[in-house]
Amino acid sequence: MRFTRTSQMLSVAAIAVLSLSACGGGSTESSTEAGTTDAVIVVDGSEPQNPLIPTSTNEVGGGAILDLIFAGLVSYDADGKPQNEMAESIETEDAQNYTITLKEGKTFTNGDPVTASSFVDAWNYGAAAKNAQLSSYFFESIEGYDEASAEGSTVETMSGLTVVDDRTFTVKLSQPESDWPLRLGYSAFFPLPAAALEDPAAFGENPIGNGPYKFASEGAWQHNQQIELVPNEEYEGPQAAQNGGVTFKIYQNDTTAYQDLISDNLDVLKTIPTSDIKNFKNDLGERSIESPYAGNQTIAVPYYLPNWEGEAGKLRRQALSMAINRDEITEVIFNGGREPAKDFTAPVLEGYSADLPGSENLEYNPEEAKKLWADAEKISPYDESQPLTIGYNADKGDHKTWVEAVVNNIKNNLGIEVEGKPYATFKEARTEATEETLTGALRSGWQADYPSLYNFLGPIYATGAGSNDARYSNPEFDQELTDGLAASSVEEGNEAMNKAQEQLLEDLPAIPLWYQVAQGGWSNNVDNVEFGWNGVPLYYAITGK
Amino acid sequence: MAWYIVRRFLQLIPVFLGATLLVYFLVFSLPGDATAAICGERGCTPAVIAGLREQYNLDQPFWIQYLLYLKGVVTFDLGTNFSGRPIATIIAEVFPTTAKLAIMALVIEAVFGIAFGLIAGLRKGKLFDSSVLVLSLIVIAVPIFVLGFLMQFLIGVKLQWTNPTVSGDATFTELLLPAVVLGLVSFAYVLRLTRTSIIENVNADYVRTATAKGLSRKRVVVVHVLRNSLIPVVTFLGADLGALMGGAIVTEGIFNVNGVGNTLYRAVLNGDGPMVVSIVTFLILIFCLANLLVDLLYAWLDPRIRYA
Amino acid sequence: MPEPTSPSASSRPTVATAPASTTAPAVARTKTSPYPIEHFVADPDETPVRATDSVVSDVAPRSLWGEAWRSLRKQPLFLISSILILGVIFVALFPGIFTHEPPNENCLLANSDGGPTAGHPLGFTVQGCDILSRVVHGTRSSLTVGLFATLGVVLIGGLIGALAGFFGGWVDAILARVGDIFFALPLILGAIVVVQLPVFQQNRNVWTLVVILVAFGWPQIARITRAAVIEVRNADFVTAARSLGVSPLGALVKHVIPNALAPVIVIATISLGTFIVAESTLSFLGIGLPPDVMSWGNDIFSAKPSLRSNPMAIFWPGLALSITVLSFIMLGDALRDALDPKARKR
Repeated sequence: MRFTRTSQMLSVAAIAVLSLSACGGGSTESSTEAGTTDAVIVVDGSEPQNPLIPTSTNEVGGGAILDLIFAGLVSYDADGKPQNEMAESIETEDAQNYTITLKEGKTFTNGDPVTASSFVDAWNYGAAAKNAQLSSYFFESIEGYDEASAEGSTVETMSGLTVVDDRTFTVKLSQPESDWPLRLGYSAFFPLPAAALEDPAAFGENPIGNGPYKFASEGAWQHNQQIELVPNEEYEGPQAAQNGGVTFKIYQNDTTAYQDLISDNLDVLKTIPTSDIKNFKNDLGERSIESPYAGNQTIAVPYYLPNWEGEAGKLRRQALSMAINRDEITEVIFNGGREPAKDFTAPVLEGYSADLPGSENLEYNPEEAKKLWADAEKISPYDESQPLTIGYNADKGDHKTWVEAVVNNIKNNLGIEVEGKPYATFKEARTEATEETLTGALRSGWQADYPSLYNFLGPIYATGAGSNDARYSNPEFDQELTDGLAASSVEEGNEAMNKAQEQLLEDLPAIPLWYQVAQGGWSNNVDNVEFGWNGVPLYYAITGK
Repeated sequence: MAWYIVRRFLQLIPVFLGATLLVYFLVFSLPGDATAAICGERGCTPAVIAGLREQYNLDQPFWIQYLLYLKGVVTFDLGTNFSGRPIATIIAEVFPTTAKLAIMALVIEAVFGIAFGLIAGLRKGKLFDSSVLVLSLIVIAVPIFVLGFLMQFLIGVKLQWTNPTVSGDATFTELLLPAVVLGLVSFAYVLRLTRTSIIENVNADYVRTATAKGLSRKRVVVVHVLRNSLIPVVTFLGADLGALMGGAIVTEGIFNVNGVGNTLYRAVLNGDGPMVVSIVTFLILIFCLANLLVDLLYAWLDPRIRYA
Repeated sequence: MPEPTSPSASSRPTVATAPASTTAPAVARTKTSPYPIEHFVADPDETPVRATDSVVSDVAPRSLWGEAWRSLRKQPLFLISSILILGVIFVALFPGIFTHEPPNENCLLANSDGGPTAGHPLGFTVQGCDILSRVVHGTRSSLTVGLFATLGVVLIGGLIGALAGFFGGWVDAILARVGDIFFALPLILGAIVVVQLPVFQQNRNVWTLVVILVAFGWPQIARITRAAVIEVRNADFVTAARSLGVSPLGALVKHVIPNALAPVIVIATISLGTFIVAESTLSFLGIGLPPDVMSWGNDIFSAKPSLRSNPMAIFWPGLALSITVLSFIMLGDALRDALDPKARKR
């Protein structure tokens, strides 16, 4: 069970009617000094890996485009708070049966109205096994998902979705989940016009949406080169465009994009490459930003490795964790551009706590680390013929430098043999993790799909969860997660989640290293650049100079 | 001669079959599950994985996959890559840019390499000779990802003579800098090959004869020495064309060129069999044609060489 | 590098001797005439002929390699490059003499990108490791990769290219086309597959890299050799040797190959450098040496991210690499000069 319930900012059981009120149309930037609003902003992007259909997009390159050309029932503001987009109201009395009413007069850019069927049909399409949509599991809470998504199933609809009228539909979940509405801003839940389902392949090339932007023309997606978006004049809502368009220039790596940025050929770069982390503040000065977002970096040591099982394994994990000087690495390697981790989630989330009991296990303490290691030796001796490796993929991201720093930390402080292990391809590392054939630790970064503590815990550490690389299994932790999901208030829910985290801090199924911080920069041509809760710039708010 | 050319064309058929089989096999043996690349960090449900396997024939054994691909080639349908795009379209997109870049790099390395090599060879041991030796040393010893980055930073960012990256149009001026970077390593080879060859031939009997005949030094050098020195150089350049077309992964990455090298690189990383095989097949065709051309050039450069 | 002192089966093409002496190199160097004596001839000592013939018979007809060696050892280029190469080999064999710092321990982030200090004359890498120590200890793997990969491609590529060029016809067709297939194979594809072979999976080391580089590097040298052999096989001295009854293989080994070596030497010496650098590029792609193996390539790759903030971290391994390549290129030049009888006359 990947997603069940989180009660963050929603207290459903007690409140009979839940309604997310819109914070009104207009720009979130209305208070700042307005620049020109007709400038076309050139931003960095990566080639979408799949046709631009919301349910078949599972990576950031396509996700960034979809978030601009579509509007879901809700969207997230800069702080990750949901705000109504297409939804007039989302109501429930029992957190299991939801009635969703849409705003009136909303249309897709081809003129089709956004109706209840636009959502229901899109979701059914996404869940049905025969369409093999990559994000299908996002619908798993909805009743009837299991039948529609089973391998070889011919069922094309989920029984939990019912269209009441053009502007109303109901959703029945297979069990109460109070945080379900929170997920509705994720791209998998976007609506689709009828044309999309008639010919998905063609639609994926030239998608028609209802968001703040639209494709500049047919074929605006020049593969591996750029994607040109222009404001959608019909759109009214919190994300209205403050510029004359956004062009995603597709880069193969950040280093290249950075060169374009400092020569003013690119307006906004969302990730400063490792190679320029020490230069960008000099190069850009005021035109740079460091903004924490909902993501973290961890190292998971699998429980199925002989050296790392049982009580001795736990002590050794703690020793590893205490041997890593997070402050120094984030300072020296990332030039302060990461924040040492204190827990398993991220500080931008509501309910986050920096001083959970057990968080001292994440503090640098070489003496204690040596002691713990020695204690573990007493239980069962460490098999030197199986030295620890820290795996990372070499094809995406730039992990080599920090992995080596961590390796040196552990070597220097514990005196054991450790080495970094590059995987040539991401899929190689993933396959080993899935098939339980890892021979050492594996680094893993997690970026939130939607703003909730549970999103950082359930999918990674629950018994049998999809991304549980360490194969951690702790019934107590599982129970506390379940309790948290069943909680009736925000505070209670988060308290239970953090209680569950205490287990993790003790067991360290993965060793949290640091929280991600978006390090970005912009050119001399633009203004009002701000990053959202997920580390993506708020493209719609950027203005020209 | 004509029969020789026909034979060489007929040889393309076994080369095609052998190469596609070998490449397909290599892709097939790549570590990791191809669907893992598509599904990303979060993974997919088993039903989705099964659906993907069926869609891309990944559920079939190796031989069937290969035969299905061959069938596609014969019917002029290369299929789609893992992103669902027609492979033929992608090839049509990336090959022209890369061809432009490779030919520019080839011309640059040939012209400068031969010219510098000629002068260095004629003035063996002199200052010019030593200077170009140092120059080629730098080119050899500094990896392209450093050299390319430095030149991009210097010329594109600091001096702003050209854009640091190549746009979709890939114009001549934009491609100039990447072409220079791409041609640099081969430039060192061409230079030293020419130099050695010149030194070898400058003392040959026919050169003495030509000089004795009273031909001008310029004519002796260009018509006799240079022409007879070019065989190894031309061979190198012919083989290099292929390397420039398919192996420019790093240079294309630095300058953000949407070309063959990176398309191939990504396809390899994703285990995208049909995509890899299609590109490599095209590359092999180009090699074979370039090599045929080179072989025919031998006969022109050295009249003693004959083909039957 | 070929051992210059070893006697070789090949003799100078211009003094093509009878086939009888070809198999035993030592014979060619003795004073005895190679021609079987069929008729009685007066003992030279008893006849006045001896005086006129003495010039020829006193000195053995030296082999091509012997001749080359004599010319080689007088060249300053050869002496300098030999000293440099021996120096590099010495560093590779005994790194401990040149630095007392362990290369891969005591790397403290506190020293990250630090400048030279007492005991650390070249400063520190981004990880705070001693640069001098890393460069010194990196010599062995880098030299091994460069030297053995070059040796491998020269042997395999040279052999295939020589056979293809000399025999032509279907031999050429098959060998050259196989070369085409290998040449077109993307190095990364092959490398990723080779790296995961069971033999290499657990212990990836310099030899894995050598195998990869040889497997995908030989076609280039094969094509160059083939071209050089095609050019030489039509030369007059080869025709002369053949018409004197030298077998095709004998002519190839004795006359063609020695005269086709010049471009091969050039490519080989440059390749030596590019192979050492290729190791760096393979690291870039995640299929190079494991990060804890000391090598110049690895260090150049690791130092690349801090190119702008700490250029010295990339300069030193680059300089070491340059010196090594330079010495091999000079050696190659000297060898080529020595092998060329026409150039020697001057």
